Amino acid sequence: MAEFKLPANSVVKEGKTWPAPKGATRIKTFKIYRYDPDSGQNPRWDTFQIDLDKCAPMVLDALLKIKNEIDTTLTFRRSCREGICGSCAMNIGGTNTLACIKAIDDIPGDITISPLPHMQVIKDLVPDLTHFYAQYASIKPWMQTDTPISGDRERLQSPEDRKKLDGLYECILCASCSTSCPSYWWNSDRYLGPAVLLQAYRWVIDSRDEATGERLDNLEDPFRLYRCHTIMNCTNTCPKGLNPAKAIGQLKKFMVERRA
Amino acid sequence: MQNSTKRPLSPFMLGTHYKWQLTSATSLLHRATGIAAAVGSLVVVYWLTSLAAGPQAFDIATSFLGSWLGKFILFFWTWALFYHLCNGIRHLMWDLDYGFDLPTTYLTGKIVIIASAILNLLLWLVA
Repeated sequence: MAEFKLPANSVVKEGKTWPAPKGATRIKTFKIYRYDPDSGQNPRWDTFQIDLDKCAPMVLDALLKIKNEIDTTLTFRRSCREGICGSCAMNIGGTNTLACIKAIDDIPGDITISPLPHMQVIKDLVPDLTHFYAQYASIKPWMQTDTPISGDRERLQSPEDRKKLDGLYECILCASCSTSCPSYWWNSDRYLGPAVLLQAYRWVIDSRDEATGERLDNLEDPFRLYRCHTIMNCTNTCPKGLNPAKAIGQLKKFMVERRA
Repeated sequence: MQNSTKRPLSPFMLGTHYKWQLTSATSLLHRATGIAAAVGSLVVVYWLTSLAAGPQAFDIATSFLGSWLGKFILFFWTWALFYHLCNGIRHLMWDLDYGFDLPTTYLTGKIVIIASAILNLLLWLVA
């Protein structure tokens, strides 16, 4: 059954406030979700006022500034700081995106930052992605073939067939789309979610892969694929500008076509 | 997913935490109008049943449906039907793999909202 409210242990309380330093003129307020697993207490909203004149432009820069200068216990994932590793995916200003490529100035007013929605929180902005990765593994995201390769050559693909992978291979599995999806919030135990389905489609459409039938068989399920109701939160939120909803639409079309 | 570790669940809900998008709103409305259309059809069943039950019952039913409240319910019901019809066509289009890109999705979403309102007003002006 769909749950619309947070359980008692997850309700976010008001937390601490760190005011802006004296003399700051361009002040931006960040409301950041904090959860300390060792405290045994509920999560809280901590408020940090940052002097933008002394902060680099991206949301990740503000998080790093807070961690370096204000509260070293602030915990979040980050690595590449250029939108290719997918580590710093989080909910910023009400939608999911990557903190490293989201400019602070793009968000008017106070900025709310919380972990990816409807996920178990390990600490602060770090969600548990174990289940998400297990779902990814379930679609066998590698090339499956029966025919042996000829000689010592790689498997060839025409430029047209290669083009079909554009808009799919760029996915960095940051989980922004899946955790933006209401269907995924309420059915993630059985529904694969937009990110994993986009990946499934990436292998279905690859001309070199020979397990297309098995891949579609695996998705022919009322929950795994068909919990998508084209809400389009996924496409709206993808920080890489990809279109998981379209990929899912194509999968549904394949399902019908192969029955005909 | 079962929460075995007593870890908190991160905030999520549409509106209270996750920002509304036009697309999520039209999707939710599609479901709500589907339910409203189904429930509203019961009102029609009641009206037809009263017709079979005799002139007195029919008079009561007609005077209720003709009242301010009855008309308000019927007005909302016909709009729900039109919205569900228009957005249903939008869904059929998606099923045929048309209009998945964001600009088209937003355009068709706005068309559905405006078209359902116009069709409903036309129906009430004509009928």
